[in-house]
Amino acid sequence: MIKAVNSALDNMMARDEKVVIFGEDVGYFGGVFRCTEGLQEKYGAQRCFDSPINESGIIGAAIGMAAYGMRPCVEIQFADYMYPGYDQLTQEAARIRYRSDHDFTAPMTVRMPTGGGIFGGQTHSQSPEALFAHVSGLKTVIPSNPYDAKGLLIASIEDNDPVIFLEPKRLYNGPFDGHHDRPITPWSKHELGDVPEDYYSIPLGKAAIRREGADVTVLAYGTMVYVAETAAEETGIDAEVIDLRTILPYDLETIQTSVEKTGRCVIVHEATKTCGFGSELMSLVQENCFYHLEAPIIRVTGYDTPYPHAHEWEYFPGPARVGEALKKVMEAA
Amino acid sequence: MSETEPLSLYVPEPEFRPGDTPDYSDVKIAAAGEVDRPALNAKADDIRELAYPIIRVLNRDGKAVGPWADMLSAEELREGLRDMLKVRAFDARMQMAQRQGKTSFYMQCLGEEAIATAFRKALKPGDMNFPTYRQQGLLIADDYPIVEMMNQIYSNGADPLKGRQLPIMYSSKKHGFFTISGNLATQFIQAVGWAMGSAIAGDTKIAAGWIGDGSTAESDFHSALVFASCYRAPVVLNIVNNQWAISTFQGIARGKAATFASRGLGFGIPSLRVDGNDYLAVYAVSKWAIDRARQGLGPTLIEHVTYRAGAHSTSDDPSAYRPKEESDAWPLGDPVERLKTHLIGLGEWSEERHTQTKAEIESKIVQAQKEAESHGTLHDGDKPLVRDMFEDVFEVTPPHLLAQRQEAGY
Repeated sequence: MIKAVNSALDNMMARDEKVVIFGEDVGYFGGVFRCTEGLQEKYGAQRCFDSPINESGIIGAAIGMAAYGMRPCVEIQFADYMYPGYDQLTQEAARIRYRSDHDFTAPMTVRMPTGGGIFGGQTHSQSPEALFAHVSGLKTVIPSNPYDAKGLLIASIEDNDPVIFLEPKRLYNGPFDGHHDRPITPWSKHELGDVPEDYYSIPLGKAAIRREGADVTVLAYGTMVYVAETAAEETGIDAEVIDLRTILPYDLETIQTSVEKTGRCVIVHEATKTCGFGSELMSLVQENCFYHLEAPIIRVTGYDTPYPHAHEWEYFPGPARVGEALKKVMEAA
Repeated sequence: MSETEPLSLYVPEPEFRPGDTPDYSDVKIAAAGEVDRPALNAKADDIRELAYPIIRVLNRDGKAVGPWADMLSAEELREGLRDMLKVRAFDARMQMAQRQGKTSFYMQCLGEEAIATAFRKALKPGDMNFPTYRQQGLLIADDYPIVEMMNQIYSNGADPLKGRQLPIMYSSKKHGFFTISGNLATQFIQAVGWAMGSAIAGDTKIAAGWIGDGSTAESDFHSALVFASCYRAPVVLNIVNNQWAISTFQGIARGKAATFASRGLGFGIPSLRVDGNDYLAVYAVSKWAIDRARQGLGPTLIEHVTYRAGAHSTSDDPSAYRPKEESDAWPLGDPVERLKTHLIGLGEWSEERHTQTKAEIESKIVQAQKEAESHGTLHDGDKPLVRDMFEDVFEVTPPHLLAQRQEAGY
């Protein structure tokens, strides 16, 4: 998936000289996760450069640059580091179009590795997507595989509004199914790991059905897509796994069609439970599909604690917990 | 037995509070013409001393003296005077309109008119300001239509921002005036980013950031200086030190140590202090900094020293925290009076012309106000469409927001 992100950036920098990349360690070194490797060498230091360790500065400067007419795509090294820049994102980037009656805009993408599963402790494991989805004026994208990562990142950079692009870092090296004690499967063994070198884009706001099924709808995104698929295989429950891909704007049509078909719904995310994006999904399903529901909706999420270090796998909503939820939702009348 | 005394916290206090008699006679202010004018390409390290004295051009007799003088023609100075009079008249009318209930809120820049109007004069078309709420002079000195400003203040049917923004949070790309946020300091770093964009694109435009004395305490001030110094961005970073951040005196942001300008020294950014009530000095220093930026010589930090003669906003009553006489006792005088005296001294202006010009400007402002009010005021007459409340959140309104708009009946 790292190569897919790199390829998206490479394609966009080649196509549009207004695309500029900066962030901590992204220049000469190519990023701590190597996503920007080779880009400074290829496009020069004015188009891909290191920034000071200052997230409000990175995002604030990107806003000004975007307002000038560039198309910055900046990296926040970990989503956990985003908070000093949150003011700039929520009260500035998100509102410039609105408050200026579209005289000024902020076409910018903010990439951030998200989620846990790498023993990163509480400051390298968070999933803050709900904090972005709550803000009017931001789009929030979370890919679950290399093919999507490239197409969605290209669409994000081309979008004329600010886009938060969350890269599940546990997926950088393979389609992680939640079984942390088993060897890593590389993306080369997965069909969605096959990424064309050329330009292509995937529209924002469209979900993908990863596994068709008749019994229950599972709403997931990012790392949880494979965990949900695995839970379905392991329990033998015929779950329809929907990968939201973009949480805002969300694809209500795909969600609604599926839940009306299955009559049951499980929502899975790694972020904390209370006011997580699952709360919004649950509300949407309740508001739109209530008369089709045959069982209460269940959420499987991280716990409302900071992300722990030693007990990472007890915290992580793995296939066992998702499987239990699938069984429970099927047992309900 | 310990020899160490218990610690106590030092909390800075202003010199004068209500009831005190303000006296600034011991404040050291450089005489006009006393501060050197360095070459544009002077190295920051070689001009560190400029971060302390106040650069002044107009002396007590209203004569322009010293190395920063003689940069503007008499006609340009008359334009400057008219710009300041226009700002002052506009402020007075809008302040009154708020008191009459025609809008919710207003912020005047009484006493600070020279700063934005003179700075605007030193910019070129295409340059971009990232202003705070007290730089209406930037728009007025660039001949932005007064009626449009009033429409915005009234949130009326002709409001260019469709009633979305608090009064005075103007926006105009055409006039080099970035949409005002209302949050403090956030735009200082954005100005640096805009300037970096111009440099990457190989453009010749420069940016100007604006911040108040109080807001320099925000971390975004630091962010802006870090980025500006790192990338040598073509930007002028303006601090307007008007002594008061609502009720908090400037020593709380500054800690009664050094000067705001000297904050730039550690970043290797040339940093200057200028008499913000001296139109000629503001212009000269701004021009120096703007030229430096445009020639690729990097950022400059300017502290404009002035005094907020009015209240912070229409929601504020300064008599509760500072002596009423403080404004008059302030040693830098009134910018309008000082420029007027200078022009009269040159034989380029007279009391009669001043009175007549003032009356003409006031009458034009009243006319503009009538026109604006024909489009409504906050609680009367035409209003922006409610439907527009739902537009421009995104370029294309997404389905969930469209559904909310339709459900609301718009």
